[in-house]
Amino acid sequence: MRCGVVVFPGSNCDHDVYHVLKHVLDQEVLFLWHQDSSLKGCELVVLPGGWSYGDYLRGGALAALSPVMAAVRRHADAGGLVLGVCNGFQVLTEAHLLPGALRRNARLRFECRDVFMRVERTDLPFTRRYRPGQVVRMPIAHGEGNYEDSPAALDQLETAGQVVLRYCGPGGEPDPAWNFNGSARAIGGVCNPRGNVLGLMPHPERCAEEVLGNSDGLALFESMVAPVARTAGARR
Amino acid sequence: MRARVNVYPRREILDPQGKAIRDALERVGFAAVREVRAGKSFEIDLGGDDPAVAGEILRQMCEKLLANTVVEEYGIEILEDRR
Repeated sequence: MRCGVVVFPGSNCDHDVYHVLKHVLDQEVLFLWHQDSSLKGCELVVLPGGWSYGDYLRGGALAALSPVMAAVRRHADAGGLVLGVCNGFQVLTEAHLLPGALRRNARLRFECRDVFMRVERTDLPFTRRYRPGQVVRMPIAHGEGNYEDSPAALDQLETAGQVVLRYCGPGGEPDPAWNFNGSARAIGGVCNPRGNVLGLMPHPERCAEEVLGNSDGLALFESMVAPVARTAGARR
Repeated sequence: MRARVNVYPRREILDPQGKAIRDALERVGFAAVREVRAGKSFEIDLGGDDPAVAGEILRQMCEKLLANTVVEEYGIEILEDRR
């Protein structure tokens, strides 16, 4: 699959995503510059973590208005896959490709640690290699990952099944102590109604190889690049 | 024409920064403070001389960029020209 990793001024997880797609999963990968007006034929676009535009105004707010995002919007509207990680998630909410907003962490601290999340949906192109209800461990590193929306919008999100990942304790149990950023309803990852755009705060690209001591994030990348026809039958 | 745009967290949303500042004010002797909301302020010189037109342009600026209306609200003040 041809994959594109968007590079904004201040992106700093772009090479990590490139590495996983290219060297771990043997995919064709290219970097897309924030001023590009085309996605150059990419079927999957990843908005990586970092501090795009220095987090000026709000995290992701200025990146959401960059030229490449018009192309990302067209891609998403056509059903193409878009993944946003950390700052990439912020960009997607600011661009209104995903609902809600990511505010300062409730405890006002930058949180850099491993968290556990329950995979709430495994029928998406991002999660089909996980088991229903599987608990995964991934690192977070952010100061603004506190997912918020109005109560009515959160209810709508739950009803529509758009909550894809939820912070939990190591055994999968709901536990506010493990919701480090204070997100409403412990939401760590959401998708759009169509299920082709996903944003999450944790970094799957930082835990996609055994040599790193954790490969829980690999299945997310495998899910995205696996041909749909093969997922129903035999695994690779 | 000059204007000031103030952006604050919505009242119904917890403002952890404002709360931390309130708590700090209490520690330095201002125990009577009930609430602090921490926001942003923008001074904008946008030309023109019709306050109604300017107000509408500023409202669009807030909706499109200056505020994230999911979690923030905004207020617009047209300032007296100091020339």
